[in-house]
Amino acid sequence: MSEPILELRDVHAGYGSIKALKGISIKVMEGEIVSIIGANGAGKSTTLMTICNIVKATAGDIYYKGGCINKVASDSLPSMGLCQVPEGRRIFPRLTIEENLDMGAFFRNDNEIADDMERVFAMFPILRERRRQAGGTLSGGEQQMLAIGRALMSRPKVLLLDEPSLGLAPLIVKQIFDIISEINKLGTTIILVEQNAKVALSMAHRGYVLETGNVVMEDEAKKLLDNPDIQKAYLGE
Amino acid sequence: MIWLFVLLWPLLGIKPEGLEVATTFSVWWRIAIGCASILVIYQLNSVGAFNFITKPVGEAVGGAKKATSTLPFAVWAFAILAFAVAYPHLFGRYAQDVAINCMIYICLGLGLNVVVGLAGMLDLGYIAFYGLGAYTYALLSVHYKLAFWICLPISAGVAGLGACIIGYCSMRMRGDYLAIVTLGFAEIVRMVLNNWMSLTNGPNGITGIKAPGMYWPDFANGMTLEHLWLKKLSLIYYVILALVIFTIIAVYRLNHSRIGRAWEAIREDETAAEVMGIPTFYMKLLGYCTGACFGGMAGAFYAARMRFVSPESFTFLESAMVLSMVVLGGMGSIPGVILGALALIALPEIFRDFELYRMLVFGGVMTLMMLFRPQGLLPPKRRMKAEKD
Amino acid sequence: MEYFFQQLINGITLGSVYALIALGYTMVYGIIQLINFAHGEFFAAGGYVGVIFMSYLLSQGAPAWVCLSGSLILAMAYCAMLAMAVEKVAYKPLRSSSRLSVLLSALGMSIFLQNGLMLTQGVYDRAYPTELTQGGFEFGTVMLSYMQLFIVSLTAFLLVALNFLVFKTRIGKAMRSTAQDKIMSALVGINSNRIISLTFAIGAGLAAAAGIMVGLYYGSVRYDMGFVPGIKAFAAAVLGGIGNITGAMIGGFIIGMVEIFAAGYISGEYKDVFAFLILIGVLYFRPSGIMGENVDDTRV
Repeated sequence: MSEPILELRDVHAGYGSIKALKGISIKVMEGEIVSIIGANGAGKSTTLMTICNIVKATAGDIYYKGGCINKVASDSLPSMGLCQVPEGRRIFPRLTIEENLDMGAFFRNDNEIADDMERVFAMFPILRERRRQAGGTLSGGEQQMLAIGRALMSRPKVLLLDEPSLGLAPLIVKQIFDIISEINKLGTTIILVEQNAKVALSMAHRGYVLETGNVVMEDEAKKLLDNPDIQKAYLGE
Repeated sequence: MIWLFVLLWPLLGIKPEGLEVATTFSVWWRIAIGCASILVIYQLNSVGAFNFITKPVGEAVGGAKKATSTLPFAVWAFAILAFAVAYPHLFGRYAQDVAINCMIYICLGLGLNVVVGLAGMLDLGYIAFYGLGAYTYALLSVHYKLAFWICLPISAGVAGLGACIIGYCSMRMRGDYLAIVTLGFAEIVRMVLNNWMSLTNGPNGITGIKAPGMYWPDFANGMTLEHLWLKKLSLIYYVILALVIFTIIAVYRLNHSRIGRAWEAIREDETAAEVMGIPTFYMKLLGYCTGACFGGMAGAFYAARMRFVSPESFTFLESAMVLSMVVLGGMGSIPGVILGALALIALPEIFRDFELYRMLVFGGVMTLMMLFRPQGLLPPKRRMKAEKD
Repeated sequence: MEYFFQQLINGITLGSVYALIALGYTMVYGIIQLINFAHGEFFAAGGYVGVIFMSYLLSQGAPAWVCLSGSLILAMAYCAMLAMAVEKVAYKPLRSSSRLSVLLSALGMSIFLQNGLMLTQGVYDRAYPTELTQGGFEFGTVMLSYMQLFIVSLTAFLLVALNFLVFKTRIGKAMRSTAQDKIMSALVGINSNRIISLTFAIGAGLAAAAGIMVGLYYGSVRYDMGFVPGIKAFAAAVLGGIGNITGAMIGGFIIGMVEIFAAGYISGEYKDVFAFLILIGVLYFRPSGIMGENVDDTRV
């Protein structure tokens, strides 16, 4: 088995005196879609924020491409190929769509930015139509597209997606997830955090189940889907 | 961090006559040495070099705390009160003067504490009410010969009324907009005082204000009541002491009343308070006016004590001073505000010899305090608990 | 009528100064929600550096344009560094504390800097060399001095340059995105600390330019000159809708005009009162300022 591209080893983290992660270990192989599921407050989003060093890990190590990234500042991670689409999308509401996308490529200084922007527009044609509109005027689904597009502008090796389906209509959810697997097929490793466990597991290769800051289960996504406990707890069957 | 201080100062070494280094350098190196020594002490402390001092001291403090907590609050209150009453007999004129000054600021601080600490409204123009109170008494005393004790509530009322008018216009605004509007109003008040020559005598101020008077039973020839002016410093001292005690009790009662809780609710989350049925607009207005009344009272006393008022005393710097007392002491905590006022008024007096450097150090300390102890010296217990949980 | 035009010219001149200072307030506020009380001190420091270098260059026999531009550039550069230092020392460690703490820290810095200036530069007014900008155009009785022309055109240049920087360059976009969402900006690779530093530097640079203008216009600088224009400029920033760059420019010109016209037509003593009354009036009817958006601003 080859080296994992991203690995968390016994990571602890929290906010003040509240412990959100109590020793999480996760391995992500190159080219995989790994899905992390769990209930509200299980620590899914915190895991992603800790990987990006927005929340500081109090113990444990995070390795990316074999190097420890615990101490690497959040803002230098995108240039290393690690990019996150956070929960709630967080587009810049008073920047136009073009400017939002340009900010995604902020650290880049090459002349292929325009090409990449074209690629994003090809993927999400609606964004091209509204390229001069402020980000805040978009609908929820369009904002999610913009957020993913913005992340793609940094040409990520590993893309962290936090609840891309949040608050979206089922039709749009399907559209978004189609695009996510397309991105994966083009060679980007994806970590997908979802409450919508069914959709997430059906497209993922492997899955982790979080409960109150611990990994309680990890397996291939199909097996998780078939697991009666998981079905009962997260799939509503 | 040191290089930043180095960076702060090169400007000051350059004079129009060319590069004149001597005087500036002396200022610069004093500050640099001050900072360096603080830094060294801080570093040593953090590596534990002072353990031999701090440990026993810490233990002693811990022991003292235990001892004090066994005694009921009333005993402490009584001891402090006794000391305060005995104070003018123990110390000289100068110390009394400083103490009076301190207590004026305690009144102001407690008043502002209602506005900022309890109701959570950032008021940068609090000193305007102090000014209103002072001028109210000054004018009534000079033109109508009204007595201090009658004017005290009138002054408080005028300040409160002023606060109602200002508050009515500005209570809809939130946060920093409120701050700038209150600041604007305070400047307007000061400028009006400064320019309305016929009423306020402009920048020259008003002189000839009467000191507080009092009827004192005179037993020399039977029981007659004699009217005397409290011009002696120690007597003035008792007047302000009474005012401070009144203010403390009033603020304490307010703090623990339903109104006080409503203010705190508004401070924590205005929208939530509103939907819970608290009339936020009126509550905020009430808080603003209450705070202003205390300010007006303190102002009336100030006028009576100085027997002179001028717009000079009511600048923004004073507002900033009172605000820093509240924040340095610990927002929303009565002992904290008292301690803050003592620290900010009494300590500079001790360093009077370094007159020139006083304000410089004051500014620096204010920033340092915020960096190392932003919650203030004595934060209120309720909030401390909340933060621990 | 001529009187009116004269006042108009004076108003624009004064408005330029306020607009430049107000920009610093509004940019800093926009990015870290802080009323930077020390900003007025950058303005005063700029005035001092300006006078120092201007007299120095003049005594060396440099031509007028060298004196003006040289001292301008030096003052702007110096104040930019000063602002970055202040930000590092007094504000950056407080990034996650309550806003009131940062506000008091700023107030402390303001007092500290003002007294530092007083200690090193003296309590008295320091005169600006006036021979550089004497004379002017006369249209009948309306007088447009070279100095006013210099102030207004320099302001116009700086405003255009700033607009270009903020709205057209990537650094400007990064500034705006940092103002809108710091965490997300970090996630796309923007170093927000550097951007904040830069914002302080730009704001202080503009204030320094304003300091020199005021020094030239009134003929002298004083250690505590930062306070009153600082407050008025802050009022201008709030008037325009704080955090909004265009708003700050408009607000600055409005406050300048109101002040001059109130002084000219109503009463010289109460001119400041009118500036604040306009502010309060506008905020009463439009609580978020002229150009401001309705942002929820509940955090004290």
